[in-house]
Amino acid sequence: MKEYEVIIIGGGPAGMAAALKVNNEGCKALIIEREERLGGILKQCIHDGFGVLKFNERLTGPEYALKYKNIIKNKDIDILLKTFVIEIKKDKDFHIKIINENGIHILKTKTVIFSTGCRERTSKQIFIQGERPAGIYNAGTAQYMTNIMGFMPGKNCIILGSGDIGLIMARRLTLEGAKVLGVYEIKDTPSGLTRNIRQCLYDYDIPLYLSHSITKIFGKERIEAVEISKVNKNYELIENSKKIIKCDTLILSVGLIPENELLEDLGITIDKKTNGAFVDNDFMSVEIPGIFICGNALHVNDLVDYVSESGEIAGKKACEYIKNKKTNNKNTKVDINENFLYIVPQYINENSNDEIIFYFRSKKRFENAKLKIFLDDKIVEKNYNKLIPAEMEKLTIKNIKNKKISMILE
Amino acid sequence: MKLTCIVCPNSCELNIEKEKNEYIITGNKCKRGYYFALNELKDPRRTICTTIKTIFKDKPRLSVKTNSEVPKNKIFEIMQNINKFILKEKIEPGSIVLKNVCNTGVDIITTDEIE
Repeated sequence: MKEYEVIIIGGGPAGMAAALKVNNEGCKALIIEREERLGGILKQCIHDGFGVLKFNERLTGPEYALKYKNIIKNKDIDILLKTFVIEIKKDKDFHIKIINENGIHILKTKTVIFSTGCRERTSKQIFIQGERPAGIYNAGTAQYMTNIMGFMPGKNCIILGSGDIGLIMARRLTLEGAKVLGVYEIKDTPSGLTRNIRQCLYDYDIPLYLSHSITKIFGKERIEAVEISKVNKNYELIENSKKIIKCDTLILSVGLIPENELLEDLGITIDKKTNGAFVDNDFMSVEIPGIFICGNALHVNDLVDYVSESGEIAGKKACEYIKNKKTNNKNTKVDINENFLYIVPQYINENSNDEIIFYFRSKKRFENAKLKIFLDDKIVEKNYNKLIPAEMEKLTIKNIKNKKISMILE
Repeated sequence: MKLTCIVCPNSCELNIEKEKNEYIITGNKCKRGYYFALNELKDPRRTICTTIKTIFKDKPRLSVKTNSEVPKNKIFEIMQNINKFILKEKIEPGSIVLKNVCNTGVDIITTDEIE
């Protein structure tokens, strides 16, 4: 049985960053990737705007992935491509059962880093009435078809949801000659980044309809039309607001969910707010020590730069865990008020003396928000001109050792 | 007039007012926002990211981009030119596939590798 110090599941931006950090720290890493190439979803994200924080340039997705891949190539990092993890068991170490063209094998490792990313909510999860014809795609699938395979998903498109991938696909399909008839969002605020609303919709005169939803699908073989209704603040349909719009394609951009089945099999509880695991500031699971979670598997980030950053932290901490042979961290929960959508990490390792990076989102839009951070009885205040749920905030706090921490956003 | 800066993820809300012959720009957290607003008023430009056809079975499309910004009103003309191109040889990422596209002084370069 082959033995590793760190096994990383998922070779996207989080996994590649984690592997490089593990290698830098002098531990032996293996990346397990189910696709033929490293890079994760970046391979199909051909638009630019990646790496502005990390590399201070506007890179495209493939360029960002290549930067990491080219460094990894020259390091002593093992990589298994076209390989699935089917089961993980824990006794003293972790036993990972994998399957690939060579058959089924079991690998032994001291730590596991989950960088499994996220997947899209599907049409089944949003309950639209009517037929189920061809021509309904998730935004990511439409992106794969257009950018990797070179197929046009359709000519007259309706987009449901104002998530970033949907907005980017609105621009992409327009560039390729399709007509995007409109982006419909059930909420009264857009879900995507403000700069994407501007550069993907406004630049191409694509209308955005807030407080609207699709209530019925028409078409037997291929989608022929959708029924659109206005909704009120509680998402209740407004009577007599129905409108039927002809289209041949419906693209869904209705949210992402961290991919966590393997964690759940291990008995790890999922935080309903993030849809990821509960972790401490080492990005280590608070339930099973030795398991680390980073990137979009932990919570859905809006920038890849943060995804890589969390991968680096997980990689560094996995190595520290191996070297110090810590068994269990002493964790305290970070208390937050109801104005937070979520905060990650949810727990703090009391013995940690590092500066701690938090990622959080607000539950609603705030102008001139004030964040009060209570460290025992000391209060630190931070002001934000604007907070919106679509945009994640990063917060760094120092000198947290042995302190109780709570935060109020108002 | 209001604009959202698209230079970086901050997405600053810019406020532009004209006073005599000068633009007063506020709301930007950095200098780049100031220049973005000025350019947006005089000569709005964007990068284009798209794909080109290839003859390779495992990689039917290769991603490309403009190596600097092009005038917004030329985007569709440039797209037409890019879409005529077919890549027939393996090239390194960052290679030029179309030089001085539509006389903009801008080149189309590849952003991915063909393994």
